[in-house]
Amino acid sequence: MVSKTATKPTRIRETPGEVAFQWGVNIILILFCLLIVLPLLHIISGSFSDPMTLLQGKVGFLPKGFTLSMYEKVFKDNSIWRGYGNTVLYTVLGTFISVVLTASAAYPLSRKDFYGRKKFMGLFVFTMFFNGGMIPTYLIVQELGMLNTIWAMVLPTAVSTYNMIIMRTFFENTIPFELVESASLDGYNDLRIFFRIVLPLSAPILAVMVLFYGVGLWNSWFPALLYLRERALYPLQMVLREILIESDISNMAGGTGDVEIIGDGLKYATMIVATLPVMCLYPFLQKYFVKGVMIGAVKG
Amino acid sequence: MSKSAAAAQPRKKSPAEKTPLQLARKKMWNSRYLYLLLLPGLIWYLVFMYAPLYGIQIAFRNFMPALGISGGKWVGMEHFVQFFNSPYFLRLIKNTLGISVYSIVVGFPIPIILALLINEVRNKYFQKSVQTIVYLPHFISAVVVVSIITSLLSPSNGLINQVIEFFGGDPIFFMAEPKYFKTIYVLSDIWQSAGYGSIVYLAALTSIDPSLYEAARVDGATKWQQLIHITLPSLLPTIMIMLILRMGGIFTVGYEKILLMYNEATYPTADVISTYVYRRAFENGEYSFSAAIGLFNSLINFVVIVTFNKISRKISEVSLW
Repeated sequence: MVSKTATKPTRIRETPGEVAFQWGVNIILILFCLLIVLPLLHIISGSFSDPMTLLQGKVGFLPKGFTLSMYEKVFKDNSIWRGYGNTVLYTVLGTFISVVLTASAAYPLSRKDFYGRKKFMGLFVFTMFFNGGMIPTYLIVQELGMLNTIWAMVLPTAVSTYNMIIMRTFFENTIPFELVESASLDGYNDLRIFFRIVLPLSAPILAVMVLFYGVGLWNSWFPALLYLRERALYPLQMVLREILIESDISNMAGGTGDVEIIGDGLKYATMIVATLPVMCLYPFLQKYFVKGVMIGAVKG
Repeated sequence: MSKSAAAAQPRKKSPAEKTPLQLARKKMWNSRYLYLLLLPGLIWYLVFMYAPLYGIQIAFRNFMPALGISGGKWVGMEHFVQFFNSPYFLRLIKNTLGISVYSIVVGFPIPIILALLINEVRNKYFQKSVQTIVYLPHFISAVVVVSIITSLLSPSNGLINQVIEFFGGDPIFFMAEPKYFKTIYVLSDIWQSAGYGSIVYLAALTSIDPSLYEAARVDGATKWQQLIHITLPSLLPTIMIMLILRMGGIFTVGYEKILLMYNEATYPTADVISTYVYRRAFENGEYSFSAAIGLFNSLINFVVIVTFNKISRKISEVSLW
């Protein structure tokens, strides 16, 4: 009996004021969540609704005149599929390159015995506060002959210094230096230490990096606008931009006169189709994102 | 050639007999595999971050694509003077600062408040659900977010105008009215990033020692008193760092979302320095002029962030470096 009460944290009875406070907090948060969810709900409902009701502005937060015809048209569209294919390619290749570059640069910088650590760190961090900007970077990419190639999509934005600092902080805090020392006494050189000891211990931070870079690449459109001329290379977000922002939907609508009627329905369905993969993965990946932001915050 | 022998050999000599140069050489030799590991990243920084710094010289030249980066005629400060005298100069500064200040004043406190609220929730499931929902918009692409805004605000069938008409008002073409642009931009930014921005503060909140609150409650402190005397002081370093970063970017407004949102009708309130740089370079082909504006912008940014860092270090002893 006694031990049971002792292990429990001391609880003080809540006053009526505190109960009211709890309710106040909950209600404000529910309102905030509604503010976030309702616009999305409207888009989802609209994509499943009869386009005529959508055009007349009758769709609220539930589908009216349920139909899948908008999705059928979207899935028949070649440019969407090609965009999907390109985006998957850019995301996979780009994430791989980014994570490799970031991890291999972050590890030496995390080692206190690395000669020149401060100088290299300064060299990298300086670029966060001062860099060439859009035009000179564009000219370099052009000089390298990367315009209109897949490399322009994955190389110029490959390393984020912020992510590198997060990784360095993780290595500093989780890989004890004694481990490195004993491994080098066993005849391991630093490359072997990195690949055989450090990386296997770093799965959580690698997951964080894959997600940070992966989502960034999936959602990016501006490098494509800047560096790609050929439409066949466009990633999904660029195709979306044409369809959604510049309202170029004549292809999907089939060149008939009902572009105006089904236009919004098509757009809504396109938005859902483009966002769905990230949204489906998101609940499972949430904790990794949170972890990444928290490691970044510790460093400040 | 055994590696362990090479690694063990320098250990035998005592460091006292070495000159500083020899010592440095020895340390570099010991780090040789780490240099190898750093090399790819270093090359990336040199090519994609430092080579563009070399390219900045086109801001002082008349760049011709055929002549390359260092081939154009040297014109000194001509492009800068042209920009300062252009009728757009004041408008761009006003819009850039306007959007930044608006978004800091309205947007900066919201993630903090959100984190404080989420932190007070007792029911863990409710807390988790709220977090999942408020972080979610961060993962939606800019293209889709702007399309959602445009759809909701559409004058013919947008949800917002339906509501306005329901209450007897006339529909408003929000996306074509200059006076609404900044508000739409800032509010949609809050919609997308306030939740995600609260993570940093939540991390700081969870590191506060709970016994402080227990003690305060025993002493009869109200929720408000606990907030003022325990929570906010503990959050202050995080708030200061985030504020320095925001203030440091006060002359930078992301061009990605504005390029998607604005149109010629809203240029007067929507056009910021970075979007202007983009248009002049890629729609008019004036690379040198654009590079000059970009350089001007980078320099201001640099000065601003160094200044705010100094101020912060003086008043709160928090700084980035």
